[in-house]
Amino acid sequence: MMSFLDATRNGGLLVYRRLEQLFDKPFDAALNPWRHLGALGFLFFWIIAVSGVYLYIVLDTSASGAYRSIDWLTHQQWYLGGVLRSLHRYAADAFIVVTLLHVLREFLLGHYSGFCRFSWLTGVPLLWFMYISGIEGFWLNWDSLGQFSAVATTEWLDSLGIFATPMTRNFLGNAAVNDRLFSLLVFIHIGVPLLLLFGLWFHIQRISHAGVFPPRPLALGTFASLLILALAVPVVSQAPADLAVVPGPLPLDWFYLFPHPLMYATSPGSVWALVVTATLLLFLLPFLPRPRGYAAQPIAQVHPSDCNGCRRCFDDCPYAAITMIPHPNGRMQLAEVIPDLCASCGICAGSCPSATPFRSVSDLVTGIDMPQLPIGALRQALQDQLDTLQGDNRIVVFGCDQGARMDTLAGKNVATISLICTGMLPPSFIEYALRYGAAGVLLTGCRPDGCAFRLGSRWTEERLHGTREPHLRASVDRLRICIAWADRGEEKTLHNALEDFRNRIAAHDHALI
Amino acid sequence: MTMLSSKPFAWIAWVAQGLLYALFALGIATFSSWPHYRQLPAGQALIKLSFTHTGKRVADCVQRTPAELAKLSPNMRAPLQCPRERSPVIVEVDLDGTLAYRHVAEPSGLSRDGASTVYRRLQVPADQHRLAVRLKDNTRSAGFDYNRTETLTLKPGQILVIDFDAEKGQITFI
Repeated sequence: MMSFLDATRNGGLLVYRRLEQLFDKPFDAALNPWRHLGALGFLFFWIIAVSGVYLYIVLDTSASGAYRSIDWLTHQQWYLGGVLRSLHRYAADAFIVVTLLHVLREFLLGHYSGFCRFSWLTGVPLLWFMYISGIEGFWLNWDSLGQFSAVATTEWLDSLGIFATPMTRNFLGNAAVNDRLFSLLVFIHIGVPLLLLFGLWFHIQRISHAGVFPPRPLALGTFASLLILALAVPVVSQAPADLAVVPGPLPLDWFYLFPHPLMYATSPGSVWALVVTATLLLFLLPFLPRPRGYAAQPIAQVHPSDCNGCRRCFDDCPYAAITMIPHPNGRMQLAEVIPDLCASCGICAGSCPSATPFRSVSDLVTGIDMPQLPIGALRQALQDQLDTLQGDNRIVVFGCDQGARMDTLAGKNVATISLICTGMLPPSFIEYALRYGAAGVLLTGCRPDGCAFRLGSRWTEERLHGTREPHLRASVDRLRICIAWADRGEEKTLHNALEDFRNRIAAHDHALI
Repeated sequence: MTMLSSKPFAWIAWVAQGLLYALFALGIATFSSWPHYRQLPAGQALIKLSFTHTGKRVADCVQRTPAELAKLSPNMRAPLQCPRERSPVIVEVDLDGTLAYRHVAEPSGLSRDGASTVYRRLQVPADQHRLAVRLKDNTRSAGFDYNRTETLTLKPGQILVIDFDAEKGQITFI
């Protein structure tokens, strides 16, 4: 079963990556919406919340007045209330779309077990909260669409047979729907989203520097597209609810209300089976056995004698896996790794100030290091590769095991060193390579905001630009450094980038002569 | 330092972005209201049989004798001793002389002392129908305890609710 799951995941990931890369062209990787699905979800949530506050202010929460007040808003105050109503609805639809895509993306990337288990498990109930508040929102308008959804939902709930009085009886006739019931519906429609917000807070607890808002251009573009949609195709009410009549053809919101037609086409039991199975599968996914041949990676290791308690690893860890405790020497702090949260990415090693290859010690040990690729071994590997390089324009390529493969790049004047994550590379290694024989250093890895360990590419750029510690020294010739992010499958792009860089170096050296 | 992954925005990229945003908005607008869904086919009506009713006790209450009452603790000395269990409620619906639905609704609760509930949708052609509803809520009685027969004309899309009014003791058509 696991091999099938793994094969499906890998196949799906290939397709997904192609789609993601397709969007990189017009948006650029940093603004690609496929790389900001979770943050877009937050954006839509806030649009729903802000527009919802206004709608609540003007909503008449009585059974007879709800429809009238929303209809007034739509037609008499179309420029504000009508637009906000449409934004509320369209943002809710978009919220579902990006959230489901977010779930799919994280599944394909394998972000559901190990250090991601907490975020995955806390995300599953949020799907229920979204659907409960979304579906129930249609009822508040109390038009024929709300009537249909209310009756269908209560019939579905009653099929469980656990209610002493069937919930459907609340919608048996027009007289049965009273103001008290509507107050309860409003309470649910406000309370469940508050629970959702609380759950979202839990959901991102184990993620540091969580992207809770998309980059501004993407946020503006997304909001503008919803606003234009709200103006061009405003959401309007259907006929007022009349429980003596079955509503005619309804313009169904398929993002939320698809379970109703499914139930009438099959049975309430089959819809229950579907949602319960889906929920259980999502909950069980993190606990399924790992594929055959999978070996857990060693986690980061702290060396107290080389840790000065600077907190850079604490700041840079993408999964909040590092905490600071009092150092045994009693004078400063010491990093401590929480094993369950460590992704074994090595970004902490790249942030450590003692991870510099220029240290004169023969046995280079850093404050925090990766047992599978210690900084000392990395320095030795770089030195060995530099010693074997021949010819002009010698290039050292630092990449990662997650991004584009570098196998085909190596040659007599090209050395390739693959790290766990490019964010593991201390910037001083670039200076070291340039000082000891390389004419240029090319850095590659997953595209920004597509980093397998979230922040590796971003931290690398910031360290090289001098906006994050440890930074690359200002005296290092920037013309000899090139960053060419390339995802897995973009090997040709990387190859072309290397050729361009080599030509530029050659031209630069020629000009110096 | 060269950044090969970032590139200046060309006008074509702006146009492509605009198109993709439009496509996204179009997708949202489309599936938020299309395709239309019709729950009930044209020319059909709906009968909803729904009631929640507590059946009669399965046995009569018994008057306790003074001796029996004396044996009980003071706070438990109720003069009548009644069994908790209720009768299941049996309902039958005939449509144009044919049995369309029959159900035995068991009393709810672990002690079978709660109400029996029924909810059933019957889709029928919109037309004139002769509807006969029978309800039995007492295991000790012979035959059905409540009956109602009527000829009704149902319009397309109309919902007829068949309920039971326990206070008036009659089957209602709403």
